[in-house]
Amino acid sequence: MIRVELVKMLRRPRTWITILLLNALPTLVAVLLAVTDIGPQPGEGPAFLSAVLTDGKLFPLAALAIVLPLFMPVAVAVVAGDAVAGEASGGTLRYLLTRPVGRTRLLVAKLVSVIVFVLLAVVVVAAVGYVVGRLLLGGGDATGLVTGVSGNSLTSTQLVERTLMSIVYVTLSMLGVAAMALMLSTMTDSAVGAALGALAFLVASTLLLTLDAAAALQPYLPTRYWLSFVDLFRDPILWRDIDRGVLLQGVYVLVFLGVAWANFTTKDITS
Amino acid sequence: MSDAVIATRGLTKRYGPVLAVDGIDLVVRSGDVYGFLGANGSGKTTTVRMLLGLVLATSGEAEVLGARMPRSAKRVLPQVGTLVEGPAAYPHLSGRANLELFDALGSARRGRRARVDDVLERVGLGVAGDRRVRGYSLGMRQRLGLAAALLRAPRLLVLDEPTNGLDPQGIREMRDLLLGLNHEGTTIFLSSHLLAEVEQMCTRVGVLDRGRLVVQEQLASLRAPTGRTVVVTPDGDRASGLLDGRVEVREGERLVVRGGDPAELNRLLVDGGVRVRELASERRGLEQVVLEATTDPHHVGASR
Repeated sequence: MIRVELVKMLRRPRTWITILLLNALPTLVAVLLAVTDIGPQPGEGPAFLSAVLTDGKLFPLAALAIVLPLFMPVAVAVVAGDAVAGEASGGTLRYLLTRPVGRTRLLVAKLVSVIVFVLLAVVVVAAVGYVVGRLLLGGGDATGLVTGVSGNSLTSTQLVERTLMSIVYVTLSMLGVAAMALMLSTMTDSAVGAALGALAFLVASTLLLTLDAAAALQPYLPTRYWLSFVDLFRDPILWRDIDRGVLLQGVYVLVFLGVAWANFTTKDITS
Repeated sequence: MSDAVIATRGLTKRYGPVLAVDGIDLVVRSGDVYGFLGANGSGKTTTVRMLLGLVLATSGEAEVLGARMPRSAKRVLPQVGTLVEGPAAYPHLSGRANLELFDALGSARRGRRARVDDVLERVGLGVAGDRRVRGYSLGMRQRLGLAAALLRAPRLLVLDEPTNGLDPQGIREMRDLLLGLNHEGTTIFLSSHLLAEVEQMCTRVGVLDRGRLVVQEQLASLRAPTGRTVVVTPDGDRASGLLDGRVEVREGERLVVRGGDPAELNRLLVDGGVRVRELASERRGLEQVVLEATTDPHHVGASR
């Protein structure tokens, strides 16, 4: 069942178009930086962007930071929102369930396929970022050392390790959105509705983060710790927000999936 | 009920204040071609969905192939082929790729190619199998849906409006295919609102009217002779006089006469000098049976 869902996801043109589009903005940014040589001031603009002019090896992280606030969640919400609702509106859901595929198994397979999509998207963005960064942007220090966020020096091994950790962290950060969209996907036959519902949730979260009056809520908002992967490049690594981010996403995922499961396994399939 | 392939007891589905299916007791026996008739909105599809475990019954029980549904879905459904409310497939994949994906859900990889080729051939999609479903006509999609239902050589086929979208040639092919399968032992449960289709194929008929099962009978007994004989003759007046009050209806050359023995009637008429063009025992058509059993068609659908 999981294999079938993966095949379906990977053979779908939409999957690859989405990933292609995700890479368009970071690549455009890299081209603009390379042509104009005008980077943002340190501390301004997307994370790492001020540093990439001197060292293209940091561009994978800059690329992730560029797509993380909006592009990536949109892509994830679209794919996860379509997971069950798309099958329902296409009519294939009733045939899957009478094949029979157990409803819990179907939900798990959909979840795995969404997670694989998120991981694939994040890895491709990082990989394309690396290639683009090396080709277009600064070659860095002759010693091979990279300057981290606190002005510290990172060896190549450290950079690779921490980039991989960032990839995992960004993937985890997207799982909350994925679970939300998947839950809505079991409640409606409209894939678009499910995706937009999940995005509305994120927009609300982002808005509340800018509001001082919402300070009490802020530690619990899903987008609060999204960009904390930057802390992996401090010396020493600042784990506090990263730990909280992982925990918070875990709680969101559990709650949303629990509701999705309870709803999907007891509902009448009338589509 | 040991040989019942489908048996329900008081099966009921309530959507809020509306009773979509109202305590029906279906019995479909092994080897039947069961025609499940009813107007749009009479509860046919809801019943089919309950049998397959898609919709959960409000009360009552359903047994399919001897096991309770939806509890035993895992054991029952692999032996059931379904076509519910129109076919569905992934449009960006070919018909063959769709069937292969579907087959991968629960069947071993071994023999997949042969199985898929076989069902494509059976439904007449052999050539079109490699084209994307996006470009299929409604009739081709219907054939693909049936192909998917046949993949596991099911003991029971549950088909909802299987000839929808097919041209007359396609309908005929579909009918021959289904009757062939039935001949090999597959029980067929076919829901339809097309009386002619059911009349031509089915051995047993159930009629649903606003959620209630109002008729469930062998088609042959529903269509048993009425005890009257239809005579067509140009000598209507003469025949009426001769038959002396036995004529119940007279419409032009067509007379409906009390008495179920055409041979005896024929001798009487011919001896009396009446020319007989046609002579046959009267049988009720399925349409008549259904219309008598169901309520005013203007109210149909109001119960949904």
